[in-house]
Formats: sequence, C-alpha cells, structure tokens
Amino acid sequence: MSTGSIMLTVDGESRSLVIDTRTTLLDALRDHLGVTSPKKGCDHGQCGACTVLLDGRRVLACLALAVAHDGAEITTAAGLSPDGEPHPLAQAFIDHDGFQCGYCTPGQICSAAGMLDEAGKGAPSHVTGDLEGPTVLDDEEIRERMSGNLCRCGAYPGIVAAIREVSG
Amino acid sequence: MNPFDYERPADAGAAVATVASRADAAFLGGGTNLVDLMKLGVTGPSLLVDVTGLPLDRIEPLPGGGLRIGATVRNADAAADPEVRRRYPMLARALLAGASGQVRNMATIGGNLLQRTRCVYFQDVTLACNKREPGSGCAALHGYNRHHAILGASERCVAVHPSDMAVALTALDAVVQVQGPDGERAIPIADLYTGDDPERDTALAHGELITAIDLPEPAAAPSAYRKVRDRASYAFALVSVAAVLDVDAGGTVRDARIAFGGLAHRPWRASRAEAALRGAPATGASFRTAADAELAAARPLPGNAFKVPMARSTLAAVLRGLAAREAR
Ligand SMILES: Cc1cc2nc3c(=O)[nH]c(=O)nc-3n(C[C@H](O)[C@H](O)[C@H](O)COP(=O)(O)OP(=O)(O)OC[C@H]3O[C@@H](n4cnc5c(N)ncnc54)[C@H](O)[C@@H]3O)c2cc1C
Ligand code: SF4
Ligand code: FES
Ligand code: FES
Repeated sequence: MSTGSIMLTVDGESRSLVIDTRTTLLDALRDHLGVTSPKKGCDHGQCGACTVLLDGRRVLACLALAVAHDGAEITTAAGLSPDGEPHPLAQAFIDHDGFQCGYCTPGQICSAAGMLDEAGKGAPSHVTGDLEGPTVLDDEEIRERMSGNLCRCGAYPGIVAAIREVSG
Repeated sequence: MNPFDYERPADAGAAVATVASRADAAFLGGGTNLVDLMKLGVTGPSLLVDVTGLPLDRIEPLPGGGLRIGATVRNADAAADPEVRRRYPMLARALLAGASGQVRNMATIGGNLLQRTRCVYFQDVTLACNKREPGSGCAALHGYNRHHAILGASERCVAVHPSDMAVALTALDAVVQVQGPDGERAIPIADLYTGDDPERDTALAHGELITAIDLPEPAAAPSAYRKVRDRASYAFALVSVAAVLDVDAGGTVRDARIAFGGLAHRPWRASRAEAALRGAPATGASFRTAADAELAAARPLPGNAFKVPMARSTLAAVLRGLAAREAR
C-alpha cells in the first residue's frame, strides 16, 4: 500500500496524518480527522456539497487527493463560524430560509464565501456582459457563480437572497 | 481504486523522466477528471506525478504579439487574466462556460486539453467501450446517444470531446508546447487531437508533458463563443460554436475562423463553412449556406438528429451577431 504523510491546517488547527495515497481530501477530513462539516453528496464533482476553501479558494474536496495538499490551509463552513458565532453568510442563510434539510448548506456557504472573494477581485462569469467592466452581483450573476452547488430541497430562492444580502 | 505512488517533482524534466520510466504512470493536474476516472475504475495508474508544483503557472507575452499560458495555470485564473479578457475574449468566454467555479479553480490548462470524453458508457466499466477496452464494441452506438457525435465518427466510437476551452483554442489556432523524453516540440492544436481511432485521443506519446499553450496575435475582428446545453449552467455542451468573423467595409466576409464543440471526437474546425464564407456577403443567407456546407457531412445517430439543426442555427446566429457588431 502506498501512503503519504501530510500536514493540514484545518479551521485554524494544525493536523498531521499518514494516509493511503488514494484518500481524497474529503475522506481525510471526514473519516480521518472527524471534520464532518463538508458533506459527501455525489463524490464525483457534480454537486458541490464537499466544497471547502483551500488556501482561500473554493474547491471540491471529493476530487482533490489529500497527499497532493501537504501544508495546505483548509477552511470548512464550521471554521467560518467559530465558537458558535455565525458568519454573516450563515446568519443570512438562516434569515432567508436558505436551506431545508441542510445537507448542501456547508458547501453552499463555503462556495458563497469563495465566490464573493472572486467577485471582489473582479473575476468575470459566464453571464457577465462586459468582460472588462466592473463586477455587479445581481441575481443572475449569483445564480451562475453558484451553479456548482446543487440543492435537492430546492432552497435556491433563499440561497440567492442570502448571498445577495451579504454581497450588497 | 488501484493503489498508487505519488510524486511531486520540482522541475519539468524530472516530471517527464518519472512518467516516462513507468508505462502506467500519469501526470496529475487538478485531478478533476483523472481522480474521477480512477474512482470509477476507468483508469488505474500505479504512479501519479503531480505537475501543479512545476513552474508552469505563468501567463506571459510572446515576442510577436501573442500570449503564452502555462500548463498549470488554473482555468479560473486564465479566464480572469486581464490580457486574456482584453485580447482573447472568446477564450475567456469558453473557459467561463465550462464546469463550475470550484472546478475551474482546480482544473489546469493542460488537464483541460487532455480531459477524456464524458460518454456514459466509457465511464461505466461494466459496458462495452472500444475506447476503454479496445475491441469490446461501442455500447453508445445503439444506446443512449443524445450527447454523441454527428461529425467525423466511425462505428467504432461516437464519443465527443468535452472541452469548451479547446474549441476556442482551435478557432484561435493555438499551439501546444510539449516537453518529452526526447526533447521539446510544438504541436498546432489541429494536430493535437488525432483521427477517429478510439484508442488514441491525442498525438502525445507516453511521458510527454504539456508545458504551455501559445496563442498567436489575435485577429482584429470580433469573436464569440456560444454554448447550447440542457441547463443554463454547469452542463457540457450539446453544441458550441467559437467564431471570429472579419467583414470588410463593403459588407463582404474577408475571413472567418470557426470551430464547433459537442459534435465530434475533437474540437471540429469548420473549414468548409469558412471557405464558403470567404468572399461572400455577410448576410443571414450566406451564414446558413456556410453552416450547411459544413453539416452536409453530418451522420446523426438515432438519439441526436436534433444536433444538425441546432448546430446550423447556432452557427448562423453567432455569425449574425458578429456581423452586427462589426457593422457598428
Ligand atoms: C462536474 C463537472 C462538470 C464539468 N463541466 C465541464 C464543461 O462544461 N466544460 C468543460 O470544458 N469541462 C468541464 N469539466 C471538465 C473539466 O474542465 C476538466 O476535468 C478539467 O479541465 C481537467 O483539468 P485537471 O487539471 O483537473 O486535469 P486532471 O484530471 O488532473 O488530468 C486530466 C488528464 O490530463 C493529463 N494531464 C494533466 N496535466 C497534464 C500536462 N501538463 N501534460 C500532460 N498531461 C497532463 C492527466 O494525466 C489526465 O490524463 C467538468 C468537470 C466536472 C467534474
Ligand atoms: S462512443 Fe466511444 S467512448 Fe462511448 S461507448 Fe462507444 S467507444 Fe466507448
Ligand atoms: S461530493 Fe464533491 S461535488 Fe458532490
Ligand atoms: S437544503 Fe437540502 S439539499 Fe439543500
């Protein structure tokens, strides 16, 4: 069996582990480190439930190999709201009914945090009219930029409203 | 998943030598396609050589006015790059039309070019597939083939190439820079993707590493990328069109560069349509005639006859839009 030894900073805490090279970042977090905030929906990159911030950028933990991210800093939705103090996005999801069962929610929140950061840096999206113009996060932009996060409960109107509130 | 060793070399030469030394070793980019296919059992390399630590993550101007995009630049970063947005908007648009924000943050330029087909039979190891299991047959031919090819396919395989980016690069005449065990070479993108042999997606030999994509100086004419898909976002193309249209002051087409996605095993350069357009008036009638010239060779499958009129009207609409922009 091929193994690797890695160190991760997860939600501010330094963790080291020895793992089979086949372990995804998602399984490393959930099954090896007991960090269950990121969820396993499809395990194939299609739903976004496993979204975490990797060195500040939103990625899919189910398609990342843990051994490839030695030294990385991971932030999960739980880490965004430390000590029970809700992150503005988490609070907005509550205020706008941005979830029903809540399974997709940690991924939605990490994705929204990453997305707002990208938009703040001026990154365009598929629906941006002028590629060189300023980024204006209207509902269409929010929907397009969040399209990598599916919600089987269909809480989309609340999710968009929550993100709109925090972005504006 | 098969057990595998993992290595993260610091320079391209070491990466090439390591992959070349083992027949079933593979380069690892963002992993968004490779890791998925390893989970599905479609492929099982015994050694992954991670290229994301290589110094191939820069976007820099080329002498002569072009632009070089390093192979490990993330798709999101290429799309957001100011030079790409300003000078190659068609490429930025194609990148932004692909996958999701998360996938684009992970996916590399090299990996995007070499991603495998999304044919569902290719991804299901219990079914016949000549691409995955040479000689086993093609389950798609008489199966669910709504997403499959209408141009350039054979009875052996009717898969389509899934990349949006590669369609824009084809219309831009990009050149792929490669480093292999025997040295470096430059491959025009038209020669990267090979014929209809299902066992061979590209002209690359084992151990050849994509180091960069070179974009020639862009034409001074408007361009566009348009993607038609089953949902508004986060879906592969049914049909896509990348086009550059150069019309003179008298309303005559000087030049056109067109590539289709979603129609063939490779990004499909529409040379027949381009030839039909050169010298023709920039009118809707010419655009439809040009589309017909390309699509005359279409051989739709039972599930995807709709792609012929869809490709025809998408191309005509894109060209009309470009002509209107040029007339302003
Ligand atoms: C849910 C989902 C939806 C998607 N939707 C779209 C879409 O709409 N449009 C679209 O275009 N794409 C789409 N994609 C595909 C995505 O764009 C590709 O998976 C991605 O671009 C691959 O890049 P990577 O760096 O992750 O490659 P990897 O998965 O790391 O590698 C892919 C292949 O390239 C090889 N490779 C990687 N880098 C190099 C190199 N430098 N030199 C030589 N070989 C190399 C690997 O060995 C492997 O064979 C989607 C993916 C997912 C998961
Ligand atoms: S279309 Fe190609 S990839 Fe799909 S099952 Fe047939 S041979 Fe395999
Ligand atoms: S679990 Fe990772 S995208 Fe669905
Ligand atoms: S809240 Fe149930 S899946 Fe989104």
